[in-house]
Amino acid sequence: MSESEKPVSLQSTLRLCAVVFFVILCATSGMIATSFAHIGEGWTLKVALILCIAVVNAFFVAGYLMHLLSEKKLIFTVLIFTVFFFAGLMGLTMWAMNDFPTGTAVH
Amino acid sequence: MEIPYTVQARPDTGLYNAKLGIWLFLASEVMLFGGLFSAYVLLRVGAEPGMWPHGWLNVTLGTVNTLLLALSAITTLLAWAACKVRDFTKFKIFHACTILLALTFLGIKSYEYHDKLIHYEIKLNNGTFADGHLVEKSADFDLAKKTGTVTLHGHIVTDEKELMDLRSPEAQAAKHEEVIVAATDIKSMGNYGPRHNTFTAIYFTLTGLHALHILGGTLVIFYFWAFGGAMWKTDPERFTNRIEVSGLFWHFVDLVWIFLFPVLYLT
Repeated sequence: MSESEKPVSLQSTLRLCAVVFFVILCATSGMIATSFAHIGEGWTLKVALILCIAVVNAFFVAGYLMHLLSEKKLIFTVLIFTVFFFAGLMGLTMWAMNDFPTGTAVH
Repeated sequence: MEIPYTVQARPDTGLYNAKLGIWLFLASEVMLFGGLFSAYVLLRVGAEPGMWPHGWLNVTLGTVNTLLLALSAITTLLAWAACKVRDFTKFKIFHACTILLALTFLGIKSYEYHDKLIHYEIKLNNGTFADGHLVEKSADFDLAKKTGTVTLHGHIVTDEKELMDLRSPEAQAAKHEEVIVAATDIKSMGNYGPRHNTFTAIYFTLTGLHALHILGGTLVIFYFWAFGGAMWKTDPERFTNRIEVSGLFWHFVDLVWIFLFPVLYLT
């Protein structure tokens, strides 16, 4: 049964919203703190940490506010395809990063 | 003719049609924003060392906008829950909050855009750079004819790289004051609009597309808020499904911002 078919009460939804908002608040604070903290040399580690926190943040929004955790199998099938193509898009971009065609100028 | 499966779930999918439709649409939206995010990665990794901007955007305003969108996502969910328990008054209140929060988000975004569009970098003939917010252009200012002056509130630097990392101790210590530049001393001049560099180009593209989604979502939510009463009286279950579908779109817009904020403002 998907979330939209379950009995809903305003009180329980409000409680859920309070928890999710608290998580978003903590995650946003964590990202800002990481951004201004002195962690290692350069930005690679910082970017990785900040994106990890953003993924946790996104999990709570998608999982609880969008009810994805209790959705039908068909929606997950659609999303698996989406994740595959999204990963391909980003992966191919990274893979081809320094793959300049012969004769083109490289800065 | 009655449209089938607007309320009841289809036996084969287990979902009403609009819900499957919005998830398919959101999947295509992931690829749209994904293409732009991959462009961002390509531009950032391909930038010359020290030439990718840091600290150009106002983190406080970005944080406020993050929390505004999170709150609006919550009021959207509460509006749907109010429909589920058949409380139309509370639905109206929660969705009014969503609309107000969305408009505040767009107002702040407009302020940020304006701030960038009045921020100028002027390359001077002696090789230095004047950088700051436009105070005024003299009445006779004409860059082509080399007449008049332009006044900025900012500072002069010798190397453009000094303008890239605004979080560096040097940039933090820089004293900003009124700088008057004569048109005869100007080699080139431009604001921090999309043409300024690849960072501002991708910043305006990503946030502009996101703002258009916010605007579109707000219009849909406003339509349900203002004119939803008729369907509520005749078919409340179908109306509730419409609110759920518009809510899913709104949460997706929030999700995109959850990644845009750290990528553009914090890294």
